[in-house]
Amino acid sequence: MIISVASGKGGTGKTTVATCLAAAIENAVYMDCDVEEPNGHILLHPEFYSKTPSQKMLPKIDYVKCTFCGKCVEVCEYNALINLKTEIMLFDGMCHGCGACTYFCPEKAITEVAKTIGYVREGASRINNIQFYDGVLNIGEEMAAPLIKSVKAKIDIDKTTIIDSPPGTSCSMVESVKDSDFCILVTESTPFGLHDLQLAIEVLKIIDMPYGVVINKYDKSFVEMEDYFDRNGIEVLLKIPFDRKIAESYSKGILPIINFPEFKNEFVLLYNRIKEKLEMENVDA
Amino acid sequence: MHDKSYMQITVLSGKGGTGKTTFTASFAKLLQKKVVIDCDVDAANLHLLLNPEIIMEKEYYGGRKAEIDLLKCTDCGLCENLCRFQAIKELKVDPISCEGCGLCVRACPENAISFELKKSGVYFRGNLEDKSEFYYAKLFPGEGNSGKLVSEIKKEATGFITEETEWILVDGPPGIGCPVNASLAGTDYVVLVTEPTLAGLHDLKRLIDLLNTFKYRYGIIVNKYDLNEDITKEIIDITEKTDTALLGLMPFHEDFVHSLQQGKTIVEYNPAKWRRTESG
Repeated sequence: MIISVASGKGGTGKTTVATCLAAAIENAVYMDCDVEEPNGHILLHPEFYSKTPSQKMLPKIDYVKCTFCGKCVEVCEYNALINLKTEIMLFDGMCHGCGACTYFCPEKAITEVAKTIGYVREGASRINNIQFYDGVLNIGEEMAAPLIKSVKAKIDIDKTTIIDSPPGTSCSMVESVKDSDFCILVTESTPFGLHDLQLAIEVLKIIDMPYGVVINKYDKSFVEMEDYFDRNGIEVLLKIPFDRKIAESYSKGILPIINFPEFKNEFVLLYNRIKEKLEMENVDA
Repeated sequence: MHDKSYMQITVLSGKGGTGKTTFTASFAKLLQKKVVIDCDVDAANLHLLLNPEIIMEKEYYGGRKAEIDLLKCTDCGLCENLCRFQAIKELKVDPISCEGCGLCVRACPENAISFELKKSGVYFRGNLEDKSEFYYAKLFPGEGNSGKLVSEIKKEATGFITEETEWILVDGPPGIGCPVNASLAGTDYVVLVTEPTLAGLHDLKRLIDLLNTFKYRYGIIVNKYDLNEDITKEIIDITEKTDTALLGLMPFHEDFVHSLQQGKTIVEYNPAKWRRTESG
């Protein structure tokens, strides 16, 4: 089973929820797909045993064969190539590695070379023996999606995998959550939290994924949020009240369920609730 | 030296939820003669605090998507083999996986693949209370090309810069990827908002590496500084060692959440307490 944890808004507590959930399940796999700013390792303290480069392919021009006809520039939808007549200039960051230039070059003057955009790290956490993966995007690289794909290539469908998604609602969030069985959306009791939650829900509706909500830093006085859930029949799976002790524990890199064992039970219940929901859906289907 | 009359300030954080928008909104209230742009096009929030009066809405076309015409298709399978994004399966293009490279479109021997521009977001121009220009965007769910949308709204916004304009204030997205780079373009000074957590510090360091790579000037605000004074001290040490400006230390205070819940900036919610700190 694959459960992803996403949010729309950043800083609502995705990583806290994803790591605590992984720690509450036996033999879980935790996978950090927030490759721009991966933080799961800060709470799970894994011992890393491998680091594999993730690469994208970039065109390389053979100037012995190149006639500067400009076909490669014409077929590049990303404007990553410029024909200077004495050189074909490449803007690395804009290249998606689609291979169109290589394919259409009439002189067969283009080959492709691999460029490392980041790393996939693999390790194990002492906390409940969690198997750990994350992706770390190199500084200056712009595209997260290919690295997220490399991380997700490590998924073993026989294991319960918790995916920690990047914030936002664009391609890297979708790349992270797609193919999950269930998505947990973590929000907070503020207008920003509510606004971005609605955007994240729209994404999940488009990709037709079952989801439930966890409210972190829960404050029942923020009635707009309660109203929204009531009106739309959205199930709240867990409410985590604001507690300065939890925030302080997080700040030091200590997984909250270690200092507050009563908290662990909440996550065991959360997992069971998700499992039940999925089983019921399978019966319905 | 450049001859422009204004300064572009971009607010970034690396980690999400450290308080970028809260601070940008307060700066917007305090600065005059400004253009304000929310570049977090995935999850724009600044308008919720600044309540602009929307005067224009424009559609954003981020790129093209392939679509197979089954009447012309002979099922030769070339497109599926060529696609590097595994976007084509059983004669269907998955619009979410398609990155709009057009390789299949151009290669198809039957010309059976269309390649239409796709609307992938909208953006808004508005006026703030003091009549200054405000821009924000909504990228449609799951769309790519967020960096391109950031560049587009910034380009649109800079069209309204006058000789009077003194400030361009940009609220940036989290992370270090393409929309962050697009937000940074043209920036004179970056305000980094961080929090004293190991995650906040980790993400701040990665962002600083990025800023140093492209030689941007920056200063740091530590939000919720009293949550973990050891890490706050570590951040202050970094600023001292690297000769970076420490712009402010903000306490962990309930006013920040309560003002948000009322849709107000912190300087409006409790001016006596916060106004001075922010302008200082």
